[in-house]
Amino acid sequence: MKRIAVKNNQSIPLSSVPELEYTEFLEQNTALLADDNNHCVNHYAFPFRGKYKLMCCIANDKDGDIYISSSSVGEGAKLPSFAKQHPAFEKFEREIHENYGIEYTDHPWLKPVRFPTDRADTGKTIAGYPFFRSDSEELHEVGVGPIHAGVIEPGHFRFICNGEQILHLEIQLGYQHRGLENLMPGKKKLQQRITLAEGIAGDTVAGHATAFANLWESLCGEEATEDEHRERTLALELERLAVHTGDLSALCTDVAYQLGSAVFGRLRTPVINFFQLWCGNRLAKGLIRPWESRFPFTQELGDALSGLCDTYEKDFLQICGKTFSLPTVLARFERTGVVTRRQASETGCVGMTARASGTMRDVRLTHPHGLYAELNHHPVIKSSGDVLARAEIRRDEILQSIGYIRKLLDRRPSGGASYSNSGAVVPAPASFAIALVEGWRGEICHCAVTDEEGSLMHYKIKDPSFHNWLALALAVRKNEISDFPVCNKSFNLSYCGHDL
Amino acid sequence: MIDNIKILLRQGKQFIPDVTRATVPGIFRGRPVISREKVNEQALAELCPTNAITTGPCSIDLGKCTFCGECAFAFPGKITFTADHKIASNDRERLIIREGEDRPVEINPSLIRKEISAYFSDSLKLRQVSAGGDNSCEWELNACGNVNFDMGRFGIEFVASPRHADGIVITGPISENMAEPLQLCYDAIPDPKIIILAGIDAISGGIFEQSPAVNRGFLSAYHIDLYVPGNPVHPLTFINGLLDLVRKKT
Repeated sequence: MKRIAVKNNQSIPLSSVPELEYTEFLEQNTALLADDNNHCVNHYAFPFRGKYKLMCCIANDKDGDIYISSSSVGEGAKLPSFAKQHPAFEKFEREIHENYGIEYTDHPWLKPVRFPTDRADTGKTIAGYPFFRSDSEELHEVGVGPIHAGVIEPGHFRFICNGEQILHLEIQLGYQHRGLENLMPGKKKLQQRITLAEGIAGDTVAGHATAFANLWESLCGEEATEDEHRERTLALELERLAVHTGDLSALCTDVAYQLGSAVFGRLRTPVINFFQLWCGNRLAKGLIRPWESRFPFTQELGDALSGLCDTYEKDFLQICGKTFSLPTVLARFERTGVVTRRQASETGCVGMTARASGTMRDVRLTHPHGLYAELNHHPVIKSSGDVLARAEIRRDEILQSIGYIRKLLDRRPSGGASYSNSGAVVPAPASFAIALVEGWRGEICHCAVTDEEGSLMHYKIKDPSFHNWLALALAVRKNEISDFPVCNKSFNLSYCGHDL
Repeated sequence: MIDNIKILLRQGKQFIPDVTRATVPGIFRGRPVISREKVNEQALAELCPTNAITTGPCSIDLGKCTFCGECAFAFPGKITFTADHKIASNDRERLIIREGEDRPVEINPSLIRKEISAYFSDSLKLRQVSAGGDNSCEWELNACGNVNFDMGRFGIEFVASPRHADGIVITGPISENMAEPLQLCYDAIPDPKIIILAGIDAISGGIFEQSPAVNRGFLSAYHIDLYVPGNPVHPLTFINGLLDLVRKKT
């Protein structure tokens, strides 16, 4: 077996990643996915020494290893695809094809991912994209977007319907593309890179900022203190709490349950106001930094958070009891938007989407970071794969997060690290680093490569939405088109996190 | 039924009674104040991730400011962020905070078009377009309509179609792929209509300003009626900015 096993948040010399002939690279990595415990967390290419270096990172959920291997192919290469052996790779290969023009001869569908400005084929445009169509007289097409009816990010949804029933949904994203990955090596100041990381998905600031901070520390050989890890873990759980509450509100809105919508909606406010109390920003922008604690978590903050958890929990349990027992709500949630276990694991779903369909994917358990190892995390798994399962996961994870926050509050800080301007710290040269974080949607993966001088050469960002958009497209089949909004909200995937 | 009443009684009155006088809890970084203290201005300007600080004398452009607080941490005697959240204005110049100033950011009455207070002072329907926004401003704009901030009581609402709208609220730096949809949406709004830019990315492009994937051509074609700084905008900044804009008599 020619691959190197690393742990989460580890940095290694790029030369220690075995470079294989493409055929062996394909065989090895597709064979790894025969074991359900393994899943591909990243598979991407970057220009390197006149060719394209392909990296494949496969996580083993049982022993916490991540297997890294690589290959090198030339311009205009025509290659057999990983996707033909296992569908979970298909989107990674679409992205490699779109960015660099590498031709996968037997890939099922090389659909554009995000129409980046520097894509290989500028002849393909987002406005001219040819959606899958049917010429049948009984079927009709419904196009939704890119701009949607609510205050929400843009994306295009093309339905093929038979009356009310959706037969097929094709999703085309890319409208939010801002060129973020290229800006990472392009912007040289650490503060700029943190700002970029925080902006990958503005509703997952703690998630992506933690991934960046962990990765950057590992690349630079610096360690975060225990207090900093405690703060990051607290921030991640608070973010989970805040967004899940907002999601429950949105789900109630979509089934016209006004009381639930109003109460869950207002319950989000004290949680994010706590972020504001802690770091001056309701969405935690500015809170997480590599190797420093900008806003030490004091005893006063701990007391305030403890009080918040108590009052929140009482109100939450009251409205939940009502919401999850109302026949009108359950009728809309149950058996709507089902993703089967087989669909979830075959297509490589991660996070809540996977766990709602009986597939165990949770980095907090399998590749723990921060203080998750001591929290003894048990992922919440549901088996029905419908909107109800995804709503229940949010309810259960909220209660679980409150439990973790209380445990973390019991832990006294060991003595705050104060602000220091460590401008002199630089990344190790010719290195590769990987960081996995379980954001509230699911698994985030950041990978970085530095050059011989230690400058950042390439930064690859994978938001969990990259995997999960396909699940939405599968979930709505055979459902009524009027159920589309509630299905979409039950996933609540990121557009900008996907489009970068 | 009894359960619902119990819940309603428990929740009580959730709305903020007077948004124009509300304060934000915690260490909110709102309008900065720059003292005349002598510092290494070059080092100060270098710190800023989005080049919002200019020197000789110092100023901070709130349209470019991410409110990260780096400058205040490094030079606490020079820069302080107050908790003043009323930082919206219709005058781009007024977003620039100069050294030695400590006065509120205000609407410039002479720039308000007549139609605005004639038609929109009690009813303003807005279409929101996220053109590369990272979803942080979008969450906060949604929060503006929740039971705490309740901008609906002022007749301000987000509507589902540009045909129903009096104006457009843009978030995000305007990605290339959204340039055309944004134009189509704006064209579909009937006259008179207003343009509001919410958040740092919309006002100046933010950290994405120089990205080739961004196309801000739309903005040079039109007069902008309101700039709402923030990263993301705070609901109180947005609502107060709108109220000051539509309720000022020309």
